[in-house]
Order: sequence, then C-alpha cells, then structure tokens
Amino acid sequence: MTQTIAVEARNVVKAFGHADTAVRALDDVSVQIRKGEFFTLLGPSGCGKTTLLRLIAGFEMPSGGTILLEGADITTLPPNKRPVNTVFQSYALFPHLTVAQNIGFGLEMLGRPKSEVQATTARMLALVKLEAMANRKTSQLSGGQQQRVALARALAPSPKVLLLDEPLSALDLKLRKEMQIELKRLQLETGITFIFVTHDQEEALTMSDRIGVMSAGKLQQVGPPKEIYNHPVNRFVASFIGETNFLPASRDGDRYRLDCGIKIAAPASNAARVTLTIRPEQVRLVAETEADALPAKITNLVYFGTDTHCHAALLDGTEVVARLQSPASGDAGLAVGQSVGLRFVPEAIQVLED
Amino acid sequence: MSPAEQAQITQSTRNGWLLSAPALVLLTIAAVGPLAIVVAYSFMPQGDFNGVAWGFSLEAWQGILFTKDVFDGTLAWADANLTIFWRSVKLSMLTTVFTFVVGFPTSWFIATRAPKARALWLFLITIPFWTNLLIRTFAINEIIRKEGLLNTILLKLHIISKPLEMIYTDTAVFIGMTYVYLPLMVLPLFASLDRFDMRLLEAAYDLYASPFQVLRKVIVPIVKPGIIAGSILVFVPSLGAYVTPRLLGGGKNMMIGNFIELQFGQGRNWPLGASLSVTLLFIVTGALLVYVRHANRETTHGQ
Repeated sequence: MTQTIAVEARNVVKAFGHADTAVRALDDVSVQIRKGEFFTLLGPSGCGKTTLLRLIAGFEMPSGGTILLEGADITTLPPNKRPVNTVFQSYALFPHLTVAQNIGFGLEMLGRPKSEVQATTARMLALVKLEAMANRKTSQLSGGQQQRVALARALAPSPKVLLLDEPLSALDLKLRKEMQIELKRLQLETGITFIFVTHDQEEALTMSDRIGVMSAGKLQQVGPPKEIYNHPVNRFVASFIGETNFLPASRDGDRYRLDCGIKIAAPASNAARVTLTIRPEQVRLVAETEADALPAKITNLVYFGTDTHCHAALLDGTEVVARLQSPASGDAGLAVGQSVGLRFVPEAIQVLED
Repeated sequence: MSPAEQAQITQSTRNGWLLSAPALVLLTIAAVGPLAIVVAYSFMPQGDFNGVAWGFSLEAWQGILFTKDVFDGTLAWADANLTIFWRSVKLSMLTTVFTFVVGFPTSWFIATRAPKARALWLFLITIPFWTNLLIRTFAINEIIRKEGLLNTILLKLHIISKPLEMIYTDTAVFIGMTYVYLPLMVLPLFASLDRFDMRLLEAAYDLYASPFQVLRKVIVPIVKPGIIAGSILVFVPSLGAYVTPRLLGGGKNMMIGNFIELQFGQGRNWPLGASLSVTLLFIVTGALLVYVRHANRETTHGQ
C-alpha cells in the first residue's frame, strides 16, 4: 500500500496571550497523518490536542509553522474554504433545522443541486441509521442520536479529513462503547481520514490505527497502539497509557540492580540510572523460594471480577502491582501480609533513561 | 376517581377563581373600560362646544376618509387625513427598519463582550431612559436645527455652504424616533443573541457557509423571536408617537398621534378623535398580524 499524507503539520507553534505572558499551547509540533487512517491525538486536558485540531480546521491561525492538506499549504485558508469537517464536542447542531436539513447544510452551502443534497442526505441518514428521524428537530433527539446527526452532517460533504473533538465525552459508558464501534465502522466504510481527539486512553487504544500522545504542547510519541503501549518512549507516555509499575534501578554490568538490591536482566541501555517499567499483567506471582524471584509482601488485594490487582511491596518499600486472572474457583488463596515472590516477564520490561 | 378526590378538586378550582376574582375584575375594568368608552364616543354626534352629545352617528367614521363640504354637503376624499396616515405608517416602518440595522450590530457587540463588560454596556444603553423624553427631544432639536450643532460644525468645516434644512421635516421626525426607540430594539435583540450558542458559528463556518450565509442561514433564523419582539416594540409606539413629531416635525408634519390630540383639543371633535384612535388600533393589529404571519411562514419555508 502506498501511503500518501493527508494532513501534515510542520513545526507548528501556537501561543495564546501577549508576548511576555504568552502560553505556548503548541510548541513546535510536526506530524504526518496518512490518508485513510484513524489517527488519535491523546493527552490530558490542556496538552494542546484540541488546539492542533482547531488549527487543522482553520478556527485558529498558527503563530508559526505550516499546515498542509494533501501537500497544499492551507495555513491561512478560512474554515469554509477547507475540505475538512468537524464533529464538535458539543455537537453544535442547528436548533432551527430538522435532522435532514442539518445533514444537508454543508452541501447546500457548497451550492450543490437540490437532488444531490437530498440523495446524499438520504444516504447519510441510512449510514447512521436515523432514517425515521429525518424530519424531527434536533432537540427531540437523545444524546446518542444527536451524536449520529453531528457525524452524518460532517460526513455528508465527503471531506478529505474528518476532525472529531472528544465527540464521545458527553455519552454514558454503554453508549460510548457502542459509538466507538460505530465510528470505526463509519471510518472503514467511508475510507475518510479521521483525526480523533480524546483524553481517554482506552478509547484511543481500541479505535486508532496510530496514536499521537501529547503533553505540554508537544508530541511525545507517535505510533500504532501496540507500540505505544508496549514501548513507551518516556515516563509520561508509560504512565498515561494504561497502568504500569516504575522501578528505579542502576546499571550493573549487563544487568540492572533494583533499589531493593536484587539484580535482574533487561534490555541494554547507556545510562547509569534508569527506570524500569513493567505492566501489571506481566508480573507473575511465584513461590518466595523460587530462584530469581523478588521477595515481596502483599499490601493490598483489589478484586475487579475478571482479575485481581495484587499490590506488593519490595524490600525497599517500592510498590509493585500485579494483575492476576481470577481463578475458576474464585479464590486465589492470597492474603494481605503474606510473603510472596514476584517475577517479571523479561521481554516485557522497558528501560527508560530519565 | 373517588368522590372525595372529586370534591377536593372542585373545591380547589373554586378557591382559585375566588382568589383571582379581585385582580380579574380590576384588570377587566382597566383594560376594557377606557377602550369601550372610546369606541362608544366614535359612534356619537359631536357636542355643541366640546365633548359628545347623546345619540348615534356615523359621521365620525365618515370623517376619517371624507370631508363634508360646508355649503352643499357633498363628500370629498380627505387628502390631509390620508397623508397623515401614510406618513405615520411610512415613518414607523422606516424607524423599525433603521433601528434594526443599527440595533443588530449594537446587540451583537454587547452579546459578544465578557459578562462583566456586557452589564456595563447594557447600563449605558438604558441611560437615555433616565431623562424625560421631552428633554431628549429638545436636545435633538438643538443638534439639528438651522443654527444647531450639526449645521455649525458642517459649515465651519466647509463641508456645506449653507445650513441643511432638517428641522421640521419628515427626516427630523425619523431621526428623532430612531433615537428614541433604538433601546427598545436593542434590548430584545440582545436577549436573544445572549442565548445564542456562538459555537454554531464555527459549525456553520466549518460547513462551508460564507460569513454572509452564516448570518442569513443561522443567526437570523435563530434570533428571529428577538427580531420580532424588537420590531413590535418599536413599530407600535412609533405609530402612535406624539412628542417627537410635535417637536421635530413642527405643526405641519403631523402623525396620527398629533392628529388625534388635535381633535380632542383645538379641533373640539371628540367623536372624530375617538374614531381615529380606534382606526390606529386596527392599523396596529393588522400590521402585527401580517408581520407575525409572514415571519412564521419564513421559518417553515425551507421544510
């Protein structure tokens, strides 16, 4: 597959406020988003992900850098001249129009013939399964239905890129899960490039082809979900995506000495002081006496149904969480205060040089 | 429903009516009473010196459109009356349109300020209400009269070579009424713009609407209730305006309000004054019906 670039940001800077007190919402961000992919911008609130989206939509002008759409510079083009549409967090449906009129709005503004507007609107209504609601006012719809209208409205003019600004944040958990699957289906069916903004790491992992993790106005890491999860490049990415254990260690030959004094094997590194990370599901509970096992004492057990989180303290007090699958009998035979051995799956250990 | 429940409901309904009775009686008398007297007067003959005489006569109603020749009693179109009606309607419509043209950007400006600044701007808009209308109208007179502020400045700047004749013209009345009624347009417009979700602008802009289309297809339809309310608040009092045309229009550029006053005053023709008042009521009602129906049709037009 030859991959062409749909959207590219080159050294984009966005500062708000006046010279001395200016806050850099985006600090020299460069990213290439491929045609037809589901790209997610993930980060905590205030990290600049929405600002980047608004720059691509054209609602804001960058303080520096360029934005390209399929190779053409669109940095200074107003939003109504960009073949890019947005699904807003608040949906921003037009209250004076019906569902069908909302969906047809973009095409109508483009001056398309009435027959085309009607045909496309009908197709979009079918795509989001709202045929029965065509003549309702948007205020008569539920949150999930409004969400679908917002999607259909943004998809109707067949934009080159669809921007989604935390569109699922107002929905309850069950509906959110449904819409995640729905969004993925729509993206595959239409083949349109989706740029999705969210602060929900699970949402990002389940839906995206690639994720860009942002923090403090900078892109920390860009890559497919598995890479982001399994090979975080820094402490921020490791802690923001999923749960993880951080273990300070010093290099000792080709092994690392944990602060509790025990040496373990892990991928090579050049730094003397490092942090080892290991996901809770890659920590095994073994007998205390077993060779290579890290001695620890259970401090807490949290039952989650499918699994149990076992918090254990190493000799120096560093807490490690192990995720254990609940056994069929329902009782793992563990108790707080019990001494156990911990073993890390060696290839799952990540070395962060900080 | 049990008989006990039924009795309770009947009882509370009766209590409700009894409690509201004093207010209802008062309101009915206050609202219907004066109007009934005016209607009754319009069907009575003219009194000898003043007021009305007992009896029934359609002369006052005839007098709205026709004048009777004093000698042979033949009827002719009352051109003067028709001119006054037409001037009233024309000036009121112009005032309504112009207060909207000026008031909309003003309201938009206020509605897009920070909440604190908004209160200040609204406060400034309402300041003219604190002074008497008469004094404000004299102030306008001072500005636009022949040796007034405006003419003096324009002459000094050599923009004009001789003073503009503004005072005692329809233009003067129009300027005065626009000034007086502008806040009545701004306040309801602001109330609707204040509730307007500004995020819809971005949505429309994102969906390829030009700035003008954003205004026409999104803002205007959504704030239409405010536009209707503002237009009514300006048009209705404009039509019956009295002080402004009197002071700025001079004696000859009368509007219906002045004409009615003339009948009850110097004209000593109370029945005609009464029939004119009722006619004004009909013009206002008719204009409002046409306007509101038209405004609503436009909303459903696209569906």
